[in-house]
Amino acid sequence: MDFVQDMNIKKIMHVLRHAPHGTIYTYEGLEMILIMATYDQDISVVFIGDGVYALKKGQETSGIGIKGFARTFSALDGYDVEKLYVDQLSLEERGLREDDLVVDVEVLSSEKIGALMKEQDVIIQH
Amino acid sequence: MNIGILLKEGPYNHQASDTAYNFAEAAIKRGHRIDAVFLYNDGVLNVSKLMDPPQDDRNISSRWTVFSQKYGVKIFACVVASKRRSINEDVLIEGGVITGLGTFTDIATRNDRLVTFGD
Repeated sequence: MDFVQDMNIKKIMHVLRHAPHGTIYTYEGLEMILIMATYDQDISVVFIGDGVYALKKGQETSGIGIKGFARTFSALDGYDVEKLYVDQLSLEERGLREDDLVVDVEVLSSEKIGALMKEQDVIIQH
Repeated sequence: MNIGILLKEGPYNHQASDTAYNFAEAAIKRGHRIDAVFLYNDGVLNVSKLMDPPQDDRNISSRWTVFSQKYGVKIFACVVASKRRSINEDVLIEGGVITGLGTFTDIATRNDRLVTFGD
C-alpha cells in the first residue's frame, strides 16, 4: 500500500486497559499493534489498569482452553515496537513489581504517561 | 475538521454503535467531514445484512447503509475480526467494505482526529 508509506511518520499510542483474558480487547489490540508496526509509524504501547496483567510472568491458560499470548509482547521489539510504558500506580495497586513482567518496560507515573499522550498524533484504546 | 471513526462494539448489546452514528450525524451537521468508519472487535457485526430486529426498533446495519449512501462514507470492517465473527462478502450490507488494518492505519493517520467508540 504505497499511500501509507508515502505519509509522514505519525506518533501512535496504543492503550491496553483490559485484563488479557475475559474479553478479546487485549488480544485483538495486540494483533492491531503488530500490523500497524509494519507501516513504519512511531508506535508506543502503554499498559494501564488491568492492562498490566497482560505482561505478568507465569500465565497458564490451558485451564481456560485459550492460547496464551504474553510471550508475544516480548517479541514486539522485533517489530520495532520498543516503547512500552507501564503505569506505576496500576502496578502497585495490583501488588506487582517491574520484575513480575515478561518484558523490559519503562514504568512511569500517571503524570508522565499523560504528558506522553499529549505528544501523540493518534491514541487508540483497546 | 476531518474525522475518522473507530467503532469497537457490536450492535444492540452496547450503546457505542448508536453513539458513533449519532456523533457522525452531528459532526456532519456542524460542518465537519467524516472520512470513514472503521469497525474492529465486535464492531464488525454492525455490517451484517442478516440483522432483522423487531419492527418498532432501529435497524442498525440498514442505518449505516443509509448513512454511507447519504454522505459517501465507507464503513470498513477489519477482515481478521470479521472472519472470527462470520462476517464475509455474502452477508455484507451496501456501503460496507471488508479490508485490512492497513486501511485503518491510513484512516488513523490522515485525519485531524480519530474518535473511538467502545469500552
